[in-house]
This record gives sequence, structure tokens and C-alpha cells, in this order.
Amino acid sequence: MNDGFSIIGKPTAMVDAAEKTTGGGKYTDDISVPGMLIGKILHSPYPHARIKSIDTSRAEKLEGVVTVAVGKDAPNPFGILPVGHDEHALALDKVRYVGDNVACVVAISEAIAEKALELIDVEYELLPAYFDPEESMKAETDLIHDHKQHNLEKDYHHVFGDPEKGFAEADQIAEARFIANEVTHAAMEPHCTLASFELDPHTGKLGRLTVQSSTQVPYYLQHKLSLVLEMPMQQIRVIKPLVGGGFGGKSEVIPLEIIAAIAARKAKAPVKITYTREEVFWAHRGRPRTIIDLKTGIKHDGRITAVKARVVQDGGAYCSYGVVTILYSGALLGALYDIPNIQYDGYRVLTNKPACGAMRGHGTVNVRFAFESQLDELAQMIGMDPAEIRERNLLQPPCITVNGLRVQSYGLPECIEKTVDRSGWRERKGKLPKGRGLGIACSHYVSGAANSIIRSDMPHSTVNIKIDRDGGVVVYTGASEIGQGSDTMTAQIAAEVLGCSLERVRVIAADTDLTPIDIGSYSSRVTFMAGNATLRAAQEVKKNIAAAAAKKMNCASEDLLFREDVVSKKGGDQLVARKDQLEEVEVTQAGASVSGRVEGQILRGSLQQKRNEEGPKDWMTFEEAVVAAIDFHGALTGTGSYAPPPEARGGKHKGAGVGPSPAYSYSAQVAEVSVDEDTGEVTVHKVWAAHDCGRALNPVSVEGQIIGSVWMGMGQALTEEMVWKDGMLMNPGLLEYRSPSSVESPEVEPIIVESIDPEGPFGAKECSEGSLAATIPAIANAIYDAVGVRLHESPFTPERVLTALRAKKKQKALNPTEGIDPTSPARFREHGGSLWFKGKGPRRHALDPARRPVPTSAGGAD
Amino acid sequence: MKKELIELKVNGRTHELAIEPSALLLDVLRRELGLTGSKRGCDESSCGACTVLVDGAAMLSCALLAASCEGQEITTIEGVTEHGSLAAIQKAYGDWGGAQCGYCTPGFIMTVKSLLAENPDPTEEDVRHALSSNLCRCTGYNQMYEAIRAAIAAEKKAAPTAVGP
Repeated sequence: MNDGFSIIGKPTAMVDAAEKTTGGGKYTDDISVPGMLIGKILHSPYPHARIKSIDTSRAEKLEGVVTVAVGKDAPNPFGILPVGHDEHALALDKVRYVGDNVACVVAISEAIAEKALELIDVEYELLPAYFDPEESMKAETDLIHDHKQHNLEKDYHHVFGDPEKGFAEADQIAEARFIANEVTHAAMEPHCTLASFELDPHTGKLGRLTVQSSTQVPYYLQHKLSLVLEMPMQQIRVIKPLVGGGFGGKSEVIPLEIIAAIAARKAKAPVKITYTREEVFWAHRGRPRTIIDLKTGIKHDGRITAVKARVVQDGGAYCSYGVVTILYSGALLGALYDIPNIQYDGYRVLTNKPACGAMRGHGTVNVRFAFESQLDELAQMIGMDPAEIRERNLLQPPCITVNGLRVQSYGLPECIEKTVDRSGWRERKGKLPKGRGLGIACSHYVSGAANSIIRSDMPHSTVNIKIDRDGGVVVYTGASEIGQGSDTMTAQIAAEVLGCSLERVRVIAADTDLTPIDIGSYSSRVTFMAGNATLRAAQEVKKNIAAAAAKKMNCASEDLLFREDVVSKKGGDQLVARKDQLEEVEVTQAGASVSGRVEGQILRGSLQQKRNEEGPKDWMTFEEAVVAAIDFHGALTGTGSYAPPPEARGGKHKGAGVGPSPAYSYSAQVAEVSVDEDTGEVTVHKVWAAHDCGRALNPVSVEGQIIGSVWMGMGQALTEEMVWKDGMLMNPGLLEYRSPSSVESPEVEPIIVESIDPEGPFGAKECSEGSLAATIPAIANAIYDAVGVRLHESPFTPERVLTALRAKKKQKALNPTEGIDPTSPARFREHGGSLWFKGKGPRRHALDPARRPVPTSAGGAD
Repeated sequence: MKKELIELKVNGRTHELAIEPSALLLDVLRRELGLTGSKRGCDESSCGACTVLVDGAAMLSCALLAASCEGQEITTIEGVTEHGSLAAIQKAYGDWGGAQCGYCTPGFIMTVKSLLAENPDPTEEDVRHALSSNLCRCTGYNQMYEAIRAAIAAEKKAAPTAVGP
């Protein structure tokens, strides 16, 4: 491998940047095919109900409606995890949350489809619903899924080391309950799927299925489509067009992706379904509301002796990634600090709300908020600087943590040092004016899960490379570009290894017919795994090119250097001569600008011809070397794959499969905030975020990922929250959800730390998720520094901050309903809630035209 | 609803179109004219992904009736590219990481175009204020500011007396 890189480590515009800035790139909803119909989904208006009947006849009679698909059209269950096949594309007998999928109208236009939705008659038998996880865990009857006793999706109880002994040895113990409310991805692109069938030329019937979809996991989608539609996988082609953001929200099979295929089969025509923004909120799969009871013990010197965590996650109505989420919450208590004793009790609970799934920082974020807040509190209890207490608890890698996680590269010490330096922590901490404060926190994340969802010995990533006589390098990868820069990373690695320019490399990605399997863009695995596969594929092709070039140059292939489109003998002083000759070509090319490239190629070709006659030489152009290799070997292709090494796959205990990774990224952050003590409003002024990404392959992208993670963490810390009332989402819009705009977003100073991982491609690790988790506690700790209140529930809204401030000053508790007319209804409800199910219903004004007797069951057209 | 014939001038070209009077400009651009660069990110004028210029002013095409735009100059992201090459702002967004997933990018670029047309040398405060009409979930906006600064610098360098297209 070359010392010093020509492409790696240089700020590089993404290979698809122009597609995005010109509007020319196609996202799924931008694609239309001839004869395409539009699908619209009928959603359940009730959180928990049995479906007694569905009558679609009135809808089907509407002019312009082609068909209406219902549950029995494809009754096979599915789910992203093999242990969680509890979903149906369209409900069979029961709906489990407001927004559950009941039927799909296929029509010639969106307007007609929408009108037809109102003509579907569904008779529901309402069931008691569960909205609070701790209440739901007590359920005996009317279970959400019959086979899940007490509505418990899964519980895990892990003990590592001897926590009791650890707490007995502790000099200080802190114990508290933390709550992190539910947040969602809200990627800018609403989910969209376009499904079409081909007619089979042999049978004359519907044959192969092509699905274009906004997905992070095209191969899982192919697999689930095959299960539900009962089609062999090779008859299904999944193509991922540009994806407008994922953050985990597209990392599993969303019902619309399967519904579109079912609808296309029934309509015998291509069908596109695009979610409205509101439907995106209902589809959800975001970060669950999490209740964390945390206890930490430390010695006087700041060393942690034991941690005990009881975590309850409000998982929503289906399993989704839930089993993995609850395991991550426990497993990633380890691998950041050296904690000798850990007790973890995790409960993933079902409730009648949209399913939660994977979201950026999967499973770790909420527990990290609790842990880092508590660590700050403990530091204060023993009178230690919060940065120092973190430095006292560092791991000593290479090591294996008490819960079986292998840690090799470990940039955390440098992250803490740099973020402390840059933020002026030592000079400024505790010396800022009242109402302004600094807080520090750390976090980490996996660079790809070491064990895939579907257990097998298959490599997690495979990459093929084809190089042809034109000197063009085509890389075929199943990895999914979702905006994080995976295609660019792939091109950079291929170009660096082959010593060619980036312009030569074309990446064909995420098309199950063309690209080799890659399990998808989740758990921050792409750079590490698809990157390593690319590296290996490129090395394999390079070997063949080198062998042929070495023969031409009368040397050993090990003596060749591939760099900047030239293959040369190492250590020669031909560099100058070679540059001159190449420049000659460039000049002639520039002169022939009218027919441009074509003439340049001819000139280059004739130069090659001339050089060919000169006999052995000390260097060749990349193209010459490629031609020599093709003449010698025939087709020039290479393949590489990556599977995590067995040592990195974790321990043997139940649930040990989640948490292990070949490498972990590290982050340390300092946040500077001010708190308005009159209004409770928190303003984040700046965040310094140091992130150990192993090696920054493309610094501009790495910085973008760090800033984006911190920003999303800030959103969860301050404003973002899914507000529920009896199973109804109160804020299903981007403004109501309060996604921060540019005026609310602070400056983030990203600081890249490179620990050069021994197994990462060029030493790289993940950079897209690990920074998120530290931001929330860094802000919480800064709020404490500013005004002396410790917030235990996120987001830190003005109301929560003010409540805490009043409690601290022993003032009367905040009562937002103070002064409201006492004769107004005692419990005002905008929507039918749990009272509704008990037959009471919302009380309305006597003159309200909506006032009517409350039905015990109602049609879907309500 | 019965369709009506209108003339719509988009990116300098006039199109005769039969549309429903209730058709939104965004839908007409995307479905009738195939100009899919303008995106639908929400349904409630909150995200700005559909921003286009109507007589030079940044407007949300999801909240405009196409029929009401007759006789006005509409510029979409497809009309920003200059003579087949990237405009300075487009190049800068790519170079500085202003676009990640790219879904909000066309809307942001149109907003920036309109800002710079009114105020060629905005302060960071002006930029933040202008961009607050659009939402992005990837970038945290920081790299967009760098891109905009770079684009302004590039424009100044390229043509000190430049007149916008």
C-alpha cells in the first residue's frame, strides 16, 4: 500500500453532488412509468380494534378506481427481525394503532384514490388500548399480540461481574429515573415505492417484479417481498434510487413497500404509493420513549465501581427492531468506559401506538443521556471536574469489556483532550455569567453490527469491480447511498487502491439484479464493511494489472507504484520525464477542444502506440496497464467481501449478538448554553464535537456527519418530541414536531480524531451516528452548569426547565391550566381517546355540529 | 373538475397546458412538465423543498395554484444551471457538503438565489434568517453557510460586475 494518499483524506465533493444540486437526480417519487397507477392506503382510526368486516364494493364502483387490496390478498406475516414476524402488509383481523394499514385503493389519480378511501366500509369492534408501557406490562386480557404475555415483546436480564459487590465498594452512589420522550427520523423525503410486474414470455402471466423504493436495505426488502408475495427472490428486483435521508426510518421494510407490490399484482399495472408527511409520522419506527432507572457507584478517585440500569421502552404495536433496540441499550453501557460490574434489566413493551424501530444511534442514545447526566452528578458529589471523571474511567485497549465487546482503536482520550482544549473548558468552566454554562459528555457507537439480523455465514458486504479497455473502473456494490456518502466512499477507496483518478470510477449501487449482496445501510456499517469489501476487490484487480504491467516493465509486480493514473517502478527518478510527457498530452488535448475528448483519446492512443514500440519502460499510464492486463488475462474483474472476524462477534450469553462490532467510534462534546430563567428557554450557542472516526476518508463528509449528528441530538434535547394523547399523535407535521430551523441551530465545531483502526479500510470507522448520543447529556449538563437544575426528562422544553427551576426555588409548581374557565369540560380531548372506548366519548359543546351519540362501533369512513 | 388551458412560463420557455383550476404549481411542474427537481417534503408549506422563484421571489410551489402563475416568470432548480455548467451556488453546495441526501437542496438553492438577488453580500445573520424558510434534516445547516460564502466569493472573483442570469 502507498504511503501518503492521493485521494483518501482529501475533501471531496460527493460523486452524486451535481445530481442533487441541479434537481436532475431521481428519487423514487420522481420516477413515473407508462400506465402507472396511484395507490392510497386506508389507515385505522382506532388504536386497538378487531376488524369485523371490510366492504370495498362502493369504492370499487367509483369511476377511475382499478382495484382495492386488502389483507387477505397477501396474508403472510413479516417483520424485519426473524423473531418478530408479527406484521401484515394490510391488517387481517386486527388493527393495533391509529394509522395501522387496512386497505389500499389503486386508482388512476391521487384525487380519485383519496375519494375512494371514504367509500370503504370497515366495521370495527373496539378493544381496550394500552398507551403507557408500565401500564401495558400489567395487561392480562385484550393483549396486543395474543402470544405476547403482558404485552411484553422481550425482556433481558444481564449481570456482568458482581454489581452488588461493586456497589458495596462504592464511596458515592447516585440513583435516579430518567425519561427520554419519543422522537422520529422525519427524513425530508417521504417514503415512496413504485412496483411493477413484467409479463413472463413463457407463461404469458405476471412474472418478474421490479420494486423501486426509498430504502436503506434493498436486500432485506427483496427477502420480505419474497416471503409475503410467495415469489422466489430471484424473480424480484429491488432498485434503490436516490434516497432523501433515512436515519434508520428506511432501515426496515415499511408496509407501503409491500403494499405497493401487492397492489400492483392485483391491479396488473405499475403502482406507486407515496406517503404524505402525516403518514410518514404514523409509519414512524423512530426512537422509543424510554424510562431509565439508573444507579451508578464510584470511588472517591472517580472510578466507576458498578452500574445498574432498568430500561423500559415503549415499543409501539409491533416488534420492528425492538429486540435489537432493547439489547443495544444494555450492551452499549460497555465499550465507552471501563465499567467492571454491570446489571441490566431491559423491557421492550408493546403499546397501541406506531411501532418504534431503529433511529440514528440505535438503542444507545437515551441510556447515554441518563448515564452521562448521572456521571456529571457524581463528579459534582466528589468534587471532581466532569472532564476528569471521564478520563479516570478510560478503557485500556486492546481489551474485551466485561460484557464481551472487543475494543481495539480507542480515540476517546484524544477526543476529550481536544474538545476540552478547543472549548476553553479549563479557563471558562464555572466562570461564565449566571444563566450561561458549559457541559461535557461522551458517546460511542458500533462501526457495523458484527452479527447480521439474519444469522448466516454469508459475508456482510461484497463488492465487484470491472475494468474495461477504456480504462473506466466500474464498482458494483449493494451498499445503499442515503445521503451519507457511501457511493463516494466506495469510489474513493477503489481509486486510491488502483492509483487512478476519481473521475475514472463509476459506482453502480443497490440494484439487486446488478450488484452483489450487501445487508444495507444501518448500524453505521457501510464504510467499515462495504469499504473493506471495496478495498479487497480493488486489490484483487490491481494484482492482475500489476502482474501484466510488471511483465511489460521487466520488474516484479511488488516493485510497482500505482498513483495518479500512472503505474511506475518504485523509487525511480522518471517522475519528471513522465509528468512532461503527460502534460504534452494534456496540452494537445486542450488545443483540440472542439472535438474535445475524442481527439484527446486518439492523441493519447497514438502516443501509446509510439511508446509501445519503444520497448520496456519505467512507467505506464493506467490505461496502458489496463490494456496490457486485459490482453494478458482476458476480462479484468475482481471481487472482495467482508465478514466481521469471529473475535469481534461477542460473548455467549443470551442476547450477546447485539452490541459487538469490529470497531467503535468515539465522541466527546462540550456544549455551551444559556438559560432564560424567566421563560425556561434554553439556547445552545455552540457545540464542540470531537469524533474518533478511525481515519477521515473524506473530511468534508465526516464533518458533515458529525455536525448532522450533533444537530439531531440537539433537536431531541430541546424541541423534538412526539406528543401522544390516547394513541393519537398530536403533532404529525414538521413544524409541530419542531424540527429546528437555521435560526435555532447552533454553530457546531467538528473536530476529527483519527485513531487508525487496525481492521478498518485505511483505518476508518463510523462517523454518522456516534456523535448524536453525547449531545443530549452535554446540553443537560450545561443547563446544570448554567442554572443548577438537573433535568431528568428530554426534551428540555421551557415548561420542563421552568418546572425544575421552580422546584429548586421551592416555588409553587407550574400550572399551565391556571386561569382557565373552571366550567369548561374537565377533560378536554381533541380526539376520541380511552374514554371513547369506555363509551363516554369526548364532551362537546351543545351546539357543536359534531355532537352526536357515541357509537360502539363505527365505519372506516368516519 | 373540468380542465382549463393555461400558459405557463417556466425557465424561460412557455408551455401551453390543460390543467384543473385547483392544480397546485408543484404538481403541474412535477407531473405535467416532468420538472421533478422541486420536491414535496410536506403537505403544509412547512419544509420549503418545493421552493421556486416566481418573478424572482422565492415562493412555495405547493401553496400556489398553477393557474394563478399565468403571465409570471417561474424559475425552478432546473433553470439555475448556467449554459450547461453548474452555477456557483450549485458547485459550492457540492464542494462544501451543503447537500447530503439532497432532497431539500433544490429548495435551499432557490431560497439562496432569491436572497443573493436581493442582498448580494448578506451577513451570516441574514443567511440564517433567509434559510429558516426551509428545513434540512441532514446537515445541521453549518456547511450550507460555508457553501454560500464560497459561492459569493466565487461569483465576485468570476465577474466583478456580474449580472445574474
